[in-house]
Amino acid sequence: MTQVLDLVPIWTLILGLAVFFYVLLDGFDLGVGMLFGFAPDARSRNAIMNSIAPIWDGNETWLVLGGLGLLAAFPTAFAVIIPAVYFPILVMLLALVFRGVAFEFRFRDAENKTFWDRAFCYGSAIATFAQGVVLGAFVQGFPVRDGQFAGTSFAFLTPFSVLTGVALMFGYGLLGAGWLILKTEGAIQAAARRQGRICLIGVVTAISIVSIWTPIMSSEVAARWFTWPDIALFAPVPLLSGVIALGTWRALGSQAEAAPFFGAIGLFVLAYAGMAISLFPMIVPYQLTLWEAASSPRTQAFLLVGTLFLIPVILTYSSWSYWVFRGKVRADVGYE
Amino acid sequence: MHLDPVLLSRIQFAWVIAWHILLPAFTVGAASFIAVVEGLSLATRREVYVRISIFWTKIFAIAFGMGVVTGLIMPFQFGTNWSRYASAAANILSPLFAYEGLTAFFLEAGFLGVLLLGRKLVPPWAHFFAALMVAIGTLFSSFWILSANSWMQTPAGYEIVNGQFFPKDWIEVIFNPSFPYRLAHTVVAFFTTTGFVVLGVGAYLLRRNRSVQEARTMMSMALWLLTVLVPLQMVLGDMHGLNTRKYQPAKLAAIEARWDTGRGVPLALFAIPDEKAEHNKFAIEVPLLGSLILTHDIDGEVKGLKDFPADQRPPVAIPFFAFRAMVGCAGLMLALVLLGGWLRWRGRLYDARLYLAACQYAIPLGFIAVVTGWFVTEVGRQPWTIYGLLRTAASVSPSLTGSDVTLSLLGYIAVYLLIYPSGLILLLRLVRKGPLETSETGPAIEAGRPAVPVPARAISVAKGDVR
Repeated sequence: MTQVLDLVPIWTLILGLAVFFYVLLDGFDLGVGMLFGFAPDARSRNAIMNSIAPIWDGNETWLVLGGLGLLAAFPTAFAVIIPAVYFPILVMLLALVFRGVAFEFRFRDAENKTFWDRAFCYGSAIATFAQGVVLGAFVQGFPVRDGQFAGTSFAFLTPFSVLTGVALMFGYGLLGAGWLILKTEGAIQAAARRQGRICLIGVVTAISIVSIWTPIMSSEVAARWFTWPDIALFAPVPLLSGVIALGTWRALGSQAEAAPFFGAIGLFVLAYAGMAISLFPMIVPYQLTLWEAASSPRTQAFLLVGTLFLIPVILTYSSWSYWVFRGKVRADVGYE
Repeated sequence: MHLDPVLLSRIQFAWVIAWHILLPAFTVGAASFIAVVEGLSLATRREVYVRISIFWTKIFAIAFGMGVVTGLIMPFQFGTNWSRYASAAANILSPLFAYEGLTAFFLEAGFLGVLLLGRKLVPPWAHFFAALMVAIGTLFSSFWILSANSWMQTPAGYEIVNGQFFPKDWIEVIFNPSFPYRLAHTVVAFFTTTGFVVLGVGAYLLRRNRSVQEARTMMSMALWLLTVLVPLQMVLGDMHGLNTRKYQPAKLAAIEARWDTGRGVPLALFAIPDEKAEHNKFAIEVPLLGSLILTHDIDGEVKGLKDFPADQRPPVAIPFFAFRAMVGCAGLMLALVLLGGWLRWRGRLYDARLYLAACQYAIPLGFIAVVTGWFVTEVGRQPWTIYGLLRTAASVSPSLTGSDVTLSLLGYIAVYLLIYPSGLILLLRLVRKGPLETSETGPAIEAGRPAVPVPARAISVAKGDVR
């Protein structure tokens, strides 16, 4: 097959979007899971749970697509990254198991309801932390030999990756608070506004530290950001982040119901863009470029045909599901 | 003690997938059953179908929820423990897995919320449509995952460059030689498993004299289905066997514990295979039957394990015994179906106490057959991950140490031993309540997850009390 079109940029875009969709969608429901732990009584816990019960499953599916998309489009990267973060992935998966079954179990298992409530809350928190650690380890980079990870199993664990782990907990917490403000009323909403502000402080602090730490850690990243004319080109990213953070802070204190959620999304978009700017065109930072890790053109083409057709279909019926469960949720009657 | 990362990774993979497969074994059939009952309810407007659907949707919700989270673990295993396999085979297999995600997981997940929680939020036809989409999703999932698995058993349409597999012809890859047989055999096995669960639960309810109308409908529907599927499955199994003889002769020899190639070979009903001595102890054999079954010719040739170098033979004992367990389950199933047909003809199906008890205790049969059948096919594929081409020992992640895998395996063991019994207890509790109570204790829309209803547009607050 002659190669008329380089599919790597298209796959980079698709995979980037899939991972980002996962981060936003499961991000808010994992965040809701963490805030669930702070709910004062069974009634508000039920309402919080009900706000994501119909949709969490679809949100989590993006994780599968992200993982399999990486395997399909950039298999060499998959074979390096996943073994390198063996334990955080293990912890994430086990935490997601606990949290996932809690949706079904807590309503049916009255004697152990408290146990499953905790499983839901701690499972969400631990899964989030583990994902953040994976992110941090990824940005740090991995040793590679013969297209395979060549480091040790606990090399992922550094102060930097712990920081990104904590940062993601604040980030998902902020998304979760935004979602709860959107979906609830009264005391639950008021609590979410307070929690959102605490998370926002955490997020801004973490983004600031990471933004300073990454260029210090890596001269490549420093060169990318701090040379002319790039510095002018990329300066809007941190500036806009500041503006959105400020706007989100004010929205959390106002009566606005949708603004905090969209503010949180805005911050994630910018942080994600910042990371992309730092690392492009690396898929395994400082080791493998997207093109070096890509699968064969025949593989990419075969999957692309279906993907381009299916993604719009998926987005359509997923939106329908969100539409069916639109509106405010309450503990007793749920959606009205 | 030396901890071998290959062996431990194999045990870990077997552990996570053996538990996982129990869930699709039920949910693939259950999704279709629910879609059929929803369709009947839409067509006939009979209340009994609504109650049956609500009852089974609750059971489905728990099983499916567990299936989703344990299934999430599977693709990551390729990366964590089998990264060299992943990088060698990704060009061929990853699109199949990715298409499973795109066509199946999203479809199931997208419509699951509406199926479980949206009964009163959408019109009945849309609810039926959601049930249909979930059912179709489970079938798409079976299609892709079995295509990938079959390709690992009977690779086709590929070329190897620098130790990596590259696709040459996607049609040959997807529709590889063992795929049609494996797909049919597995999907029918899943439907049969669900059929016996529905039959057994119906029988249990009749024995307790609860929800009699629903229980009869369930038993009747399940028995008609099984009357078709159980004999069909035996034919499919036979065809699958012929296919295995052609493409994976070493596996077939291990299944039969046959050491020497021969014509007119006997069938071993029981034996203790001794791999060191290349010989069976305590063999109980039926003359000529082996050739007749395996080749459809009383004088047909069956290859023996000694035809293969010792390092290319699968372990013998596991496929041998697992196969006999699977076939044993099939025999019991056939007996139950035939007996049920006779009782139905005599008009005594619903009050033959002994038969009802037998059906109740037959609930695990399908699950046992699925797990043992899976052991036959996967252990029989050893020592290869990709049959004849890539060894299992060469597939493992190079960075893994034995203690890494020990640690993760212990994690999986601990979590599964907590999750599965808990899930089973909840399922049994739902079954004990039966369809009448399940639909009366809560409002009718309370279909899926929360006992506290999520959607309740037309239901008064008083009826939807927090429990």
